[in-house]
Amino acid sequence: MSRRPEPVQVVKQRRDTALQSLVAGVPYIQFLAITFDRRGDELTGLLPYDDMLIGNPMLPAIHGGVTAAFLEVTSIITLSWFSQWDALESGETIEDAPRRLPKTIDFTVDYLRSGLPRDAYARARITRSGRRYASVHVESWQDNRARPFAQATGHFLMPQNG
Amino acid sequence: MTEIPPTPADPADKTQADKREKIARQFIAMIPHARALGMQVTDVGPGLAEVTMPYDPRLVGDPDTGVIHGGAVSALMDTCCGAAVIAHPDASLGTATIDLRIDYMRGATPGQQIRAVATCYRMTRSVAFVRANAYDDDPDNPVACATGAFTVERPKDTP
Repeated sequence: MSRRPEPVQVVKQRRDTALQSLVAGVPYIQFLAITFDRRGDELTGLLPYDDMLIGNPMLPAIHGGVTAAFLEVTSIITLSWFSQWDALESGETIEDAPRRLPKTIDFTVDYLRSGLPRDAYARARITRSGRRYASVHVESWQDNRARPFAQATGHFLMPQNG
Repeated sequence: MTEIPPTPADPADKTQADKREKIARQFIAMIPHARALGMQVTDVGPGLAEVTMPYDPRLVGDPDTGVIHGGAVSALMDTCCGAAVIAHPDASLGTATIDLRIDYMRGATPGQQIRAVATCYRMTRSVAFVRANAYDDDPDNPVACATGAFTVERPKDTP
C-alpha cells in the first residue's frame, strides 16, 4: 500500500514553521536581524547590512565579532535543523518540545578579507555529527559566492534527550 | 610567560601611558558595534586592555536560561584583543583580526556583566599575537578564553 505524497504546501508549511520556531525564539538572532532562507533541507543564513554592525568606520568594514557571531548562529541553527529533520519528516510535532540548542565548545574564525558594508550570507556543513559532539565548517560570503570573506570551524555539545 | 614591561615610573613614560589609554578608549568609542553592545574600556596598560559589556536581554542566546549568546562574547573578545594590540608600546596604527579562536568554558551568569581581559604578548613587524579571558562576577572561573592573531599596520616610511 503506497501512500499518496503530501500536498506540497503542507510540506512547505510544516518545514517553514519548524525553522521559524528555531530562529524566532533567540533574542540575539533578532538583534542581528539574521534570517534563514530554506531550499529543501538546505539553509542559508542572511545577515542584512546595518550601520551598527561596523567595526572599522575608516574602511568601513563589518566588526569581526559580528562576523564570528553570524557564523556561529548559522552553525547552531543548521545543527538544530538537521538534528530535528528526521522527526519533522516523520510527522512528529516539535514546535512544542523544549527548544534545547547545541552548545558551542570552541569556535575558530579565519578572516579572509574585510567584510564590506553589504548583506552577508553563510552556509554551514556538518562534518561530523555524533550523539554528544558535532563538528561544523561554515563559510560566509557577500557579493561573490566563490570569494568567502570568512570561514570557521567549531565543535558543539549536542543537547541530550530525556 | 608574557613580555609586558613593568608599569612606567618616570614622567615621560607616564605621558606615554596616558596617551595609550586615550587612544584605546577612542578606539572603542569609534566602533559602532562596540557602542551598540555598550562596551566600555575599564583598564589599559602596555599591550593590555580590559573591556566590559553589560548584561542585555537582547543578546540572549538561550531563551530558556537567559544566557548571553556566544556570538556577543566573540564580539567582546575581538574588540578587547584589538584594543590590546592598539595599546601595545610598539604601537600599531590600526589592526584587523586574522584569526580568533574562542573556547567556551561555561555560560555567563544571567544578569551579570561580562569583562574581557586581553594581553598582546608578542608583536612582530606585521603580526600581533593576543590572548584573552572573559569573566562574569566570578573572577576565578572564566566564562571563555580566546587566542588570536591580528594584523599590524605600520606607517609607510618605517622600514
